[in-house]
Amino acid sequence: MGLIWFLLLALGLVAAAMGGDIGGFTSGAIDGAASAITLAIGLAGMLALWMGVLRVAEEAGLTRHLAALVRPVMCRLFPDVPRDHPAMSAMVLNVAANMLGLGNAATPFGLKAMEELQTLNPRRDTATDSMILFLVINASSVQLVPATVVALRTAGGAADPTSVVGPTLLATAVSTTVGVVAAKLLARARLFRAPAQAGLEG
Amino acid sequence: MSLLAQVLEAISRWTIPVILVGVPGYALAKRVKVYPAFVAGAKEGLEIAFRIVPFLVAILAAVGAFRGAGAMDRLSSWLEPVLAPLGIPASVLPLFLVRPLSGSGANGLLADLIRSEGPDSLASLIGAVASGATETTFYVLAVYFGAVGITRFRHAIPAAVLAEAAGIAASIAIVRLVFGS
Repeated sequence: MGLIWFLLLALGLVAAAMGGDIGGFTSGAIDGAASAITLAIGLAGMLALWMGVLRVAEEAGLTRHLAALVRPVMCRLFPDVPRDHPAMSAMVLNVAANMLGLGNAATPFGLKAMEELQTLNPRRDTATDSMILFLVINASSVQLVPATVVALRTAGGAADPTSVVGPTLLATAVSTTVGVVAAKLLARARLFRAPAQAGLEG
Repeated sequence: MSLLAQVLEAISRWTIPVILVGVPGYALAKRVKVYPAFVAGAKEGLEIAFRIVPFLVAILAAVGAFRGAGAMDRLSSWLEPVLAPLGIPASVLPLFLVRPLSGSGANGLLADLIRSEGPDSLASLIGAVASGATETTFYVLAVYFGAVGITRFRHAIPAAVLAEAAGIAASIAIVRLVFGS
């Protein structure tokens, strides 16, 4: 990640030097940093609300019931996660919220899932296979209604704004499938193997 | 399709209100102390929001500098001669490049594409489908891994980028198939 982060900055500088906009580089960096705070504040309220609801659902046993429904699929995808671990129900809730297009509700569930996956992680700074697979599933989100896109098409005067819903479902299914397969295969590649744990630190 | 779309839209409109009332209602019936439970969860949510700030600053500043300097425009003009023969309209290229980095940026580009090329042009349709089939991968990475302090991503980026590329390729193929001219 350090390399990609540096490359973004370095390539930006190169582009600016090659007749781009060096003022734009500076203001872009500063605006980006500022918008990170705005984003986090906006996210804070949403996170607090949904994590609150999630805790209520947990204590009432709702999340356990939901996780039990999709357990067969989840166990196969995430063999490292114990069947009854809270990470399972949080991941299920995240995917369900994504499908329904509740992006704002999906993020808190996803973060909760990450926290739970982290409790199973022997190396705190290194992503586990399960974390990466979950992240990829999340990032290639299967959404039943691409609400924002439909709204933009409606605003733009499209003849049938929802005509893209079917094609989008299909395309998103492709991206999720490829993502899952890629995550599973790359997990075994030597280049990406997690460093040996315990005792070999340093 | 249209009826299905209406049903799906109704579901996404009603889900949040139903959950917000239904979950505490069910919990009350189960004799859960709903108010303290909610507050405890909300506190945890605030802590997470606070924890991801440094990661968000790092990512968004770098992306802002990259785009602000004009690197994105340069990259898309370089890629254009490669992609044009593959039947990929040059006008959607910036959208593909911005999409993994910025959701609002990508939405702006899609709105712009719809305005300049018409909502039912091939480029607009490809852009619309690709927007729905892909995500702001780098933002998701920063937020999700940032929340738990992961700094070694291993194969997360290659896998996510492959998924993203597959989503884009599928969008182009499917739109050409369904709406093709």
